[in-house]
Amino acid sequence: MSHATHGLGGLKYDPAKRTRPQELNVFVALVLIVVTFEVIGRLFLGDSFLFNTRANVDAVFNTARLSIIILQVSIVGIIALGVTQVIISGGIDLSSGSVVGATAMVTMSFAQTALVNGNPNPKAIFGDWAMDLPVLVPLLVGLVCGVIAGVINGTLVAYTRIPPFIATLGMMVTARGFSRWWSNGNPISFPTESYAAIGKGMMPVAIFVALAILFHCVMTYTRYGKHCYAVGSNEQAARMSGINVNHHKVLVFALAGMLAALAAVVLSSKNLTAQAGMGVMYELDAIAMAVIGGVSLQGGRGSILGTVLGALIFGVIISGFTFLRLDAYYQEMVKGVIIVGAVVLDQWRQRSRSRG
Amino acid sequence: MSDIILETRGLTKHYGGVHALDDANFILRRGEHVAIVGDNGAGKSTFVRQITAVEKHTSGEIHFDGSNVEFKDPLEAREAGIETVFQTLALADDLDVPSNLFLGRELFRLRLGPFSILDRKAMRERTMEALKTTAVKIPNVDNPIRNMSGGQRQCVAIARTAAFASKLVIMDEPTAALGVQETAQVENIIRGLKERGVPLILISHNLRQVFDLVDRIVVFRRGRIVASLNKDETDGNDIVSYITGVKSGGDEPAFA
Ligand SMILES: Nc1ncnc2c1ncn2[C@@H]1O[C@H](COP(=O)(O)OP(=O)(O)OP(=O)(O)O)[C@@H](O)[C@H]1O
Ligand SMILES: [Mg+2]
Repeated sequence: MSHATHGLGGLKYDPAKRTRPQELNVFVALVLIVVTFEVIGRLFLGDSFLFNTRANVDAVFNTARLSIIILQVSIVGIIALGVTQVIISGGIDLSSGSVVGATAMVTMSFAQTALVNGNPNPKAIFGDWAMDLPVLVPLLVGLVCGVIAGVINGTLVAYTRIPPFIATLGMMVTARGFSRWWSNGNPISFPTESYAAIGKGMMPVAIFVALAILFHCVMTYTRYGKHCYAVGSNEQAARMSGINVNHHKVLVFALAGMLAALAAVVLSSKNLTAQAGMGVMYELDAIAMAVIGGVSLQGGRGSILGTVLGALIFGVIISGFTFLRLDAYYQEMVKGVIIVGAVVLDQWRQRSRSRG
Repeated sequence: MSDIILETRGLTKHYGGVHALDDANFILRRGEHVAIVGDNGAGKSTFVRQITAVEKHTSGEIHFDGSNVEFKDPLEAREAGIETVFQTLALADDLDVPSNLFLGRELFRLRLGPFSILDRKAMRERTMEALKTTAVKIPNVDNPIRNMSGGQRQCVAIARTAAFASKLVIMDEPTAALGVQETAQVENIIRGLKERGVPLILISHNLRQVFDLVDRIVVFRRGRIVASLNKDETDGNDIVSYITGVKSGGDEPAFA
């Protein structure tokens, strides 16, 4: 009790005993899950999840597995950063996976190279004018695509009072249709070297980490971040306090669209191709990462750090199932259970909070 | 400059078939403190919501500070100088005290449009100052206000209003959830506003408090203003008979 200070009006307050931040709980969960896989692996497979068991390699950790995990979650993680902001503001975005598909198609069309092994590009979408453009062009085109989709989402939600669930469901279907229409269902391939460099190697991880840091700062230190929490916490109060709630919603969805577009750029660059079916179900994975990370579907609570940890948990579980040699079908089912479980956990947390 | 800060003419609000506010003619002079009393559902809060543009009124005019105003949202009303403690408090539960105090009017270190960098230190310091005037007991202002008691939350809302008071302050039942000490402190804040010449509309069910604090008492009954009485020319029984309808506005000149 030596650290006890006095709050306003002489109430005692011990800063050492303040409630644990949500992120710490998520981190503990992450550690527990890793330990569980490690134990199960040692007991039943005689193999380690985390550590390197092959004698001829001198790394302590199983770096191959770990880098696969973070690479796997990085691209959906980029989407989850935007989804986090939408959910904290009291909304939901079901369109991000389709926006990834649509954006990847459009972007790739401007990222193609003219000659493939000396022959004209067999997958060319446009004429020569769109070949070998500087990498900035497809990048900007992609971001603009995502922002347009986001602004449409945000405008629908803010000004027509359509629930975000329905508005973004509409965008989900429309954007997917758009990506099939764009090249009549054909994949678009053979990007320029500079475009291919964006998603090469561990670049997706670097981009994810950089964006996570950026948006952590945005959510913590800027007016926009504060207003996300305010609008999600009590929209009416935010309105009465003079926050332009409608503008805020448009901005949130625009940023989410932009982040989905960035994910599309990274993904198409990494795969060296864009297909109409790209990003299917990514929206649910992204929502799951956020919810696992402690972002409340009721709005007002959660953080970027939480989502990053949630993304890691997500990746560890998927990779853990591969490690245990469980079938891909099980993985899908487990994903579903995780999503519902995380939401139930959130509801339960809230009930215990209001009782306490 | 006219000595009238706020005047409503024929201010009316219908919710569908509910006549929550009917033909309200109300005048507030500069520096004057007026109480609005009336039974539950009399239309007091509705009146406040029309003035502060939380809702669009059905008909009527509002004149504020010398001009006919038509605020399009609460922000405009606030920017014109009307600070309000709403009965519903208008607080964001997941934010801490400083964030609530400065909600919608944050202080910045660096202006970058929507991404302006908050000056959290300055906001926290000014919050502590503002809270001291309410004598509220809050263990830690950095906790979200979700878990705070009703009275603590109310003090946050009042501190917010008092700290930014400029041309007109409206308080809708500010002491409804407060303990004895906190109530006394809020009453002191109101006296401070009087000394500074800030006009006030106080909505309260506590007649003792009303007689202690204000210059004039306006009685609402079933959406209508039925009486406007100077404190010195009336008493508790008189007010109660207007509130309950024993006396009606027709008997005497209803308002100034
Ligand atoms: N949004 C609304 N829709 C329909 N009716 C409403 C609405 N808001 C208020 N009313 C009705 O208008 C009337 C006046 O309500 P108001 O809140 O102004 O009362 P009040 O005088 O502030 O009462 P109290 O002392 O209980 O706070 C009530 O009959 C109420 O039911
Ligand atoms: Mg009321």
